[in-house]
Amino acid sequence: MSDEKVTADDIDVNRRKFLTMATAATGAVGVAFTLVPFIASWKPSERARALGAPLEIDVSKLGPGQMITQSWRKQPIYVVRRTPESVAKLGGVAASLKDPNSEASDQPAYAKNEMRSLKPEILVLYAACTHLGCLPKQYSTVADPAMGADWPGGFFCPCHGSRFDLAGRVFNGSPASANLRVPPHKFESDSLLVIGVDAAQGAA
Amino acid sequence: MAASSDHAGKTGFRAWLNKRLPVDEFIDSQLIGYFAPKNFNIWYFFGALALLVFVIQILTGIFLTMHYKPSETAAFDSVEYIMREVEWGWLIRYMHSTGASFFFIVVYLHMFRAMIYGSYRAPRELLWILGMLLYLALMAEAFMGYVLPWGNMSYWGAQVIVNLFGTIPVIGPGVVEWIRGDYGIADSTLNRFFALHVIALPFAIAFLVLMHLVALRQTGSNNPDGIEIKEKMGSNGKPIDGIPFHPYYTVKDVVGVGVFLIFFCGVIFFAPTFGGLFLEKPNFEPANELSTPEHIAPVWYFTAFYAMLRAVPDQQLGALLMLLAIVVLFFLPWLDRSPVKSIRYKGWLSKIALALFVVSFVVLSYLGLKPASDLYVILARVFTAVYFAYFLLMPWYTRIEKCKSAPERVTYHA
Amino acid sequence: MRKSFLAAALGFTLVFAGPSAMAATTGPHAAWMDWEPGNDVGNIASLQRGAANFMGYCAGCHSLKYKRYSRVAKDLNIPEEQMEKLLLLPGAKKGDYIITPMSKADGEVWFGKAPPDLSLTTRAKGSDYVYQFLKTFYVDPKSTNGTNNLALPNTAMPHVLSALQGVQEAKFKAVEKVVDGETVTEQHWDSFELTSPGQLSPEEYDGFVRDTVNFLEYVGEPVKAKRESLGVWVILFLLVFTGFAYLLKQEYWKDVK
Repeated sequence: MSDEKVTADDIDVNRRKFLTMATAATGAVGVAFTLVPFIASWKPSERARALGAPLEIDVSKLGPGQMITQSWRKQPIYVVRRTPESVAKLGGVAASLKDPNSEASDQPAYAKNEMRSLKPEILVLYAACTHLGCLPKQYSTVADPAMGADWPGGFFCPCHGSRFDLAGRVFNGSPASANLRVPPHKFESDSLLVIGVDAAQGAA
Repeated sequence: MAASSDHAGKTGFRAWLNKRLPVDEFIDSQLIGYFAPKNFNIWYFFGALALLVFVIQILTGIFLTMHYKPSETAAFDSVEYIMREVEWGWLIRYMHSTGASFFFIVVYLHMFRAMIYGSYRAPRELLWILGMLLYLALMAEAFMGYVLPWGNMSYWGAQVIVNLFGTIPVIGPGVVEWIRGDYGIADSTLNRFFALHVIALPFAIAFLVLMHLVALRQTGSNNPDGIEIKEKMGSNGKPIDGIPFHPYYTVKDVVGVGVFLIFFCGVIFFAPTFGGLFLEKPNFEPANELSTPEHIAPVWYFTAFYAMLRAVPDQQLGALLMLLAIVVLFFLPWLDRSPVKSIRYKGWLSKIALALFVVSFVVLSYLGLKPASDLYVILARVFTAVYFAYFLLMPWYTRIEKCKSAPERVTYHA
Repeated sequence: MRKSFLAAALGFTLVFAGPSAMAATTGPHAAWMDWEPGNDVGNIASLQRGAANFMGYCAGCHSLKYKRYSRVAKDLNIPEEQMEKLLLLPGAKKGDYIITPMSKADGEVWFGKAPPDLSLTTRAKGSDYVYQFLKTFYVDPKSTNGTNNLALPNTAMPHVLSALQGVQEAKFKAVEKVVDGETVTEQHWDSFELTSPGQLSPEEYDGFVRDTVNFLEYVGEPVKAKRESLGVWVILFLLVFTGFAYLLKQEYWKDVK
């Protein structure tokens, strides 16, 4: 009941320091644990994952030179049936490509080849341009008038002018620096393409 | 204790910052420089805890809003989506639904504290009124939040409460239609309640909390003895019976927070529906305009007033009485005429009256949860009368009773 | 004041916890009334059996529209191949919600009322109710489908499990009651009698129903088991935190005299 304050000598400074640290540290751990659910709640939900289940595409009706666009996990996928003529052209353009052997590009191991595909005629790509995500347009005709006489067939991005061959490999002089990405895919049968599952491996 | 007010020696970022933003000055004047009575007891935890729950509700509410869809067709499904398919969504939702009930538990205990120790008395009348406005805003916030899951209880609860506005003479029916934005509780109602629940009312509550705290800093805290510590000043110009809020009450409140969180998490993890009191069973069925739940009652924190509403055999009078039950609380500072503030020094009449008031509030809360059968209606009438008698007779019994004299200095045993 | 606070808190708890125990009906006590509230949704074996029961006997008419096959498999440790063989309804994919092949319109034509979705039934009505419902079908010639039910009188649902349970008859006794000064005779349930046995013994049938209700309780709140096991750790952590905070407070409050 007096207003005298204790003198500094009475205070066990070390004990205070220790308990302050212990309480603060425990509290900080608690806050960190509490943050986990909030941060994790932004991950793709079970619904998003279910909607992102592997996508089956029947490629038997895809004619030579034709392309279809499908959406898988909110990302457009190009599936192209290349003509034997354009497949033959793929070997000859290596000198004008930034990454002809796909060393610095993103694709499953089974698509890290000159064709960038499992089968020579079927090409499967994420459509998004590796520059800034626009969708390149398909110009698959060899020497397409819009693209010039030496055009081997491929894709042209209207946003910033990146050019890719029919294996999705980027040409020199394009703002994009990596080849178009290849999604995990496999062939359930000759005509049934499955996007989202790796060939000879488990689900993506 | 006033040593830290000198920042001349500080250099670096802290000095740079303080030159531009009075961080240290704020801490010094509001936390270290704020002297609170040293004799606070367990009842003095609930103000800080109410602030904690408010923060929890805002934080969890923001994250629920990211997944919830305020539409007649999608609301119910989106809540189940949160509970099942959003990672940890169940925990965030349970924190929010449990937080709503705990908000009221804490606020009721906080208000009761003010009632037993006379914290509403001069010079703290405005502090009390700001608190009452907070309580009203909280009721509106809770009610609109309860509608959002769009379960059958949400729907019929909204129906009943909104129809209360229909008892306003002349303009009532028009007002009801205007609130709903349709001819029944509908998508438009849900959508506007969502807007009010997540934006308008939280802003209002945050503003009122700030005003409540500013008013508290102006008058200083009351204490269990109901005497003014500012009347006994020490040589340092601070109250003799006061201690700096920081570190003494900050470390004490941290203990309170720990104990509170044990209860809070106990409910979240082991009884999130709390036997149907916090999350009612009929609300696990989607809203159905063709079928009223067999027994309809508001959530527990409104049931005392709901019981009063039902106790009156007249629609308008019932609604009016319910309104008065809340309005009368605003007048508490002027109804209490006792020479002392704290119940410790009041006479037997005040003590009995307060006890009866608590009993009436608890019993009315219970009755409001039960079907309105004959016996319950009679009991509700009796306890409604007791509830009002506590307030209306207060000017009389606080004046005639014999009080002990309050001490000169606060009661504190280390 | 501390004591009075605790007393008030205790009183509050008692007042609100009391009424739930008052729901018991009049009449003799019977086995079908006893569903232990402490049902264990952590019992994976029981849930697996319940899932198989549900898909075999209920999914023909009832959906679980918030529940995906894949989630059932994941939560109940059912390997993918087994799930595809045992659980999937024809034409369903593993990521799909469990939706009955029966259309709402057909349900209305066949039963007068479309069979309800059961995702949240245990939460809306309680597990006890579902358990009692499945245990109290009895023969009633007055009913259009030949059976009636004690938990939900005049239910539109036929006793689809009668092949398992057998045929059960109910005995009622007349009870005279005075209502508003007039004597009214009411029929009160007295006992059940199994008139022809089913494929399962009464004990086996009880186990069948319990597993099924357990599964539905899990479906109502899939996270329940996880919630409770996590809660223990959270509380333990908070005890440590509060312990430190208390010691810190005691240390500082030595100053206050």
